[in-house]
Amino acid sequence: MKSSAAAWVHARAPAWRELSSRIVELRRRRSISVDEALGAIEAYRNVARDLASARRLVPGTRTAAALETLFAQIHATIARHPSGGWAGLLSALRDDIPSVVRELAPRIFWMAALMCSSAAAGFCLIATYPHLISLIASEEMIQHVEEGKLWTDGLINVTPSSILSVRILSNNIVVALFAVCSGFLFGLGTFYLMLVNGLMLGATFAFVHQHGLAARLFEFIIAHGMVELSVICIAGAIGTAIADSLIRPTHATRRESFRVCVRRAAPLMALCAVLLVGAGLIEGFISPDPVFPLASRIAIGVSYWFLMVLTLGGWLLRPLRAAGAL
Amino acid sequence: MDNEQYTIPGITGVDVTLPIAGPGSRSYAFIIDWHIRVVLALAGLVAAMLIEFGSLRFHVDNGKRGLTPAFLVFLAPAIIYFFYHPVLELLMRGQSPGKRMAGVRVVTVNGGTPGIGAILIRNIFRLIDCLPMLYFVGLITALFSAQRVRIGDMAAGTLLVIDERVPSRYLARDALTAAEAAVDFTTLDLAEQILERWPALAVDRRDAIARALLRKALGSAEDPDALDDDALRARLATLSEQR
Repeated sequence: MKSSAAAWVHARAPAWRELSSRIVELRRRRSISVDEALGAIEAYRNVARDLASARRLVPGTRTAAALETLFAQIHATIARHPSGGWAGLLSALRDDIPSVVRELAPRIFWMAALMCSSAAAGFCLIATYPHLISLIASEEMIQHVEEGKLWTDGLINVTPSSILSVRILSNNIVVALFAVCSGFLFGLGTFYLMLVNGLMLGATFAFVHQHGLAARLFEFIIAHGMVELSVICIAGAIGTAIADSLIRPTHATRRESFRVCVRRAAPLMALCAVLLVGAGLIEGFISPDPVFPLASRIAIGVSYWFLMVLTLGGWLLRPLRAAGAL
Repeated sequence: MDNEQYTIPGITGVDVTLPIAGPGSRSYAFIIDWHIRVVLALAGLVAAMLIEFGSLRFHVDNGKRGLTPAFLVFLAPAIIYFFYHPVLELLMRGQSPGKRMAGVRVVTVNGGTPGIGAILIRNIFRLIDCLPMLYFVGLITALFSAQRVRIGDMAAGTLLVIDERVPSRYLARDALTAAEAAVDFTTLDLAEQILERWPALAVDRRDAIARALLRKALGSAEDPDALDDDALRARLATLSEQR
């Protein structure tokens, strides 16, 4: 047995060495040909057979350990997730995202209802007890409004639009992603975020309304707010879906159910982030700029919202599909 | 903890076993990455300021529209800071410089190299893992979860494994004669391991091990008791070269 083990290792070693360098090369490349892929699968079978023999003949040796590593490397190469590229992106926009949105539609509706209710509650709260605004707004903001000015007035002269945009869009993206991720806390984080956001929105409107500035605040937020608030509601819906996957698992384990839910919603999360980038740019460049009249702000806000709906529903790519381009 | 194994049923009937990286390796890799990230972001900021303003004094161009210098100055470090992990993990196939130094790698639950979706998801969920501070949630989850994963890994279907780099010479067997083949393969492997650790072992200890090993390998053909420390090492070297 002793001599046969060494002789076997001796006989197989050249093939392992050759394969070892070939696998390093294959792992480095982004795509491989069909012949190379078939060769890798054949090599995988051979190394599996050799590894099984090594585990029996030379257990605990470093040759066996090296074979384990080689086997794991070939396995990783074969099990590599295929790169979707542009086709993957188009497929996500055309099929995956609309399908997830349809599935999440009731949740999106309930999240919007929750946000509206909390906004109404915030409005009533501040309308009834105006002094409570100090719990929601900063001292500086309250002072501005009491002087008959909005805190957004002259914003463009204080901070360059580009910096303002990046600050806003990054903040919005973090809030939306947090609404999604905090679904992991069985939805508690998501509900908290939605309630607080709605409450603050309603309370702020009530406060500026008391000082006759509601119309101006509306003018400020209309261009970016429609998409921004819609995306927050979508993010909340994804968060509750994640919570649901943990509370009522659809797969063998909660972890598996959670993973599947997140993977399914991931393209929608990515699209939401892109939409928030657009909303952030509008909020930085258009919303604080007095050059834009209300009508053009409404036109921008409504157009961007419709673009969002068309993209989410998969209707944006329908003409291309009909023309045979997809 | 680092010795735990993750087993993937192979399609050939032979399982793939991957050593799981524990919270220690994970934290070590993160700390290295964090330092690299901060240094790179600061370097990017300094370079951008020197290019834009010609000095390290910052000028805000209030009221300007378009891509202002101030914006460009912050763009480079922000991109480095926020996209460091996802971009590098994607380019380095599941590794980052810190992970490479710590000898760990991200793989999917199938043992494959993660794609862009999995890498983005595991990095987005850092928002939860880093709560309330210093990655407390992530660390606690990694301590108590199966496969020692944080929440981001659970969401993405990934795990961190030890990236074993076994030298290819362990796969080499060139000069093997019929007589050499008579020596137990495991003994040869042990001889090589002892030689590698030779300087770290106490003299009397390594001599005792070497003599026992030579006696086992060569039987009564030689008397290892007659050899001193240097001779024992040379004899083991000769023996291990037979591998």
